Amino acid sequence: MSANVDNPVAREAAQARPEDSLLGKGMEDGVRDHFRAYVRRVRGGEMGALPAIGGLVVLFIVFGFAHDLFLSQRNMANLLTQAAPLVMLGMALVFVLLLGEIDLSAGVTFGVSMASFVRLTQPDGLSWPLALAIALGIGLAIGGFIGFFVARVGIPSFVVTLGMFLGLQGVLLVIIGDAGAYRLIPAPVKALNTSNLPVWAGWLMLVGVLALLAGVALWDRARRRAAGAPNPPISIMLAKLAGIAVVGVAAVWFLSQDRGSGAIPIRGVPIVVPVVLGFAMIATFLLDRTRYGRYLYAIGGNREAARRAGINVTAVRWTAFVLCSTVAVLAGLFYVSRVGSADAGMGREIVLSGVAAAVVGGVSLFGGRGRLVHAIIGALVIATIQNGMGLLGLPAGTVLAVSGGVLILAATVDALARRRSGGVVVT
Amino acid sequence: MGNQPIIELRAVTKSFGPVDVLKGVDFAAHAGRVTALVGDNGAGKSTLIKGLAGVQPYDGGEVLFEGERVHLGHPRDAAKHGIEVVYQDLALCDNLDIVQNMFLGREERRLGTFEEGQMEVEAAAALQSLSVKTVKSLRQKVSSLSGGQRQTVAIARAVVKQASVVILDEPTAALGVAQTAQVLALVRRLADHGVAVIMISHNLQDVFEVADDVSVLYLGTMTARVEVAKTTREDVVGYITGTKTMEAVA
Repeated sequence: MSANVDNPVAREAAQARPEDSLLGKGMEDGVRDHFRAYVRRVRGGEMGALPAIGGLVVLFIVFGFAHDLFLSQRNMANLLTQAAPLVMLGMALVFVLLLGEIDLSAGVTFGVSMASFVRLTQPDGLSWPLALAIALGIGLAIGGFIGFFVARVGIPSFVVTLGMFLGLQGVLLVIIGDAGAYRLIPAPVKALNTSNLPVWAGWLMLVGVLALLAGVALWDRARRRAAGAPNPPISIMLAKLAGIAVVGVAAVWFLSQDRGSGAIPIRGVPIVVPVVLGFAMIATFLLDRTRYGRYLYAIGGNREAARRAGINVTAVRWTAFVLCSTVAVLAGLFYVSRVGSADAGMGREIVLSGVAAAVVGGVSLFGGRGRLVHAIIGALVIATIQNGMGLLGLPAGTVLAVSGGVLILAATVDALARRRSGGVVVT
Repeated sequence: MGNQPIIELRAVTKSFGPVDVLKGVDFAAHAGRVTALVGDNGAGKSTLIKGLAGVQPYDGGEVLFEGERVHLGHPRDAAKHGIEVVYQDLALCDNLDIVQNMFLGREERRLGTFEEGQMEVEAAAALQSLSVKTVKSLRQKVSSLSGGQRQTVAIARAVVKQASVVILDEPTAALGVAQTAQVLALVRRLADHGVAVIMISHNLQDVFEVADDVSVLYLGTMTARVEVAKTTREDVVGYITGTKTMEAVA
């Protein structure tokens, strides 16, 4: 059945009286109905990123009052580059968290691959693109290895990746060796998470993002119309876009101010921002609009149902670990770019922050619920806590304790939300 | 029942090691009729169904689809002939909405991306053709549905691709009185659309309410195949427990 026109049942339904039609219920209503439906969903436990956004606002207010420099241009740009590895790692973990799995070794995976990358790009070594390809290959191989044991052999991912967490730390020690640390040499890689876009490029990026979002939304509407399905009011789409535009303009304007302390002006959006946004949009497309993404959600929701629907569950689970480990390599790239060197302890601690980022943002540990953007927002929350507490000069122990507390709090919200949305509504 | 059955089994056999679960079973289902498949636990009902679904191919015998010999060696083969199974424990994903569940594994796509609008239209049509009115929105998560509504979605999932044979495994086992009535009405409408419905049930009340034909399995052999109108509940109980045979009754 390629088009619904060929389907007599569909044609009959399209001609049916509108009050009899189920079609578009909850779609064609007015703005007010949509708002009510949204409130109902939130109260039903589908809170999404709301708690994280609220938390982020509260943190900004608290730290803004607590320290003069927190809301300065320089610290905000700093916060973005600090958060970049965590954002990327959080997004990497979403692929396995959606399945209800976990990857505790994602951090040391980037440690091993980046240690290899930095060593390979020492003077007289390989060119950096080739070394990066090898590093990505290492991530791919590690993910394939984990996926094999989880999806084919059937070992819980917690156990497999805990083993990898320990084992890869050993590999990392061997790669780094007695030197203790290696300096990062290639200039373009250094620039990735330490330099800024020219001011004009920042605005261009914003325009590009908005145009893309609007284009996709309009394309969706056109497709729905062509299929004979009603669209939600266009004002909702415009309001969303306007909201994103306002925040975007404010952010780009803010980051376009001079934040240098000396004679040389420093201004512009950090280069990592468009890189992260670009990746997030591609991966969101994969999760929302393709079979692979839908099947990740389906398997996370009910693995047996997915299997009976003809989905190749083993292949999807396996490749989710490959994706996670490979994207984690990119998180590592942001990390070494910012730090400027590779050492033997890389990635050991950040992995739990990555899990925390995803869960704080609203990705469920139980699988089947969550979006990539949640991981971004959650990572910003964790990074803000670390940044703000660092500015206030609080000891590292306090920062760790608070981060851990936030993770448990977020997991509690997740568990409670799950219980609520699992409740059966009798009609 | 003079017309040709949509699906017919002739002397099918299935063994698990030394245990013969199906010992040469004949079975048929006709378009527009509900055929109840009854039998005690261990009679071979599930094995018979799994063979039709292509999950567990038969060892021997013939399968005829619209009079032609076919081989059901894989769930894909069954799907190709429009044979759909609605499992007892509702193979639905709670975290997906109604449309996503109905199209899971066979999404409508263009350029590799979903045609959400088209799927919504077809899902609405399928539910409408079954006269389903109890669902508020097609985009609500399945987790928010009641047991009867879930069963409805599971059945609608089978018709969305215009199935020719729909196999229901204990469709009312977990439901209350009102919801059972709802689902049985749905089963009837499904048959009225020209689908051959095969319903496994332990509940003879359901069988006598909705089925046209009843086939009774007893220890791997088909002991009775009769029209519901031409038999009584006592006789069917007798066939199930092995205390009566067709010949003795006739």
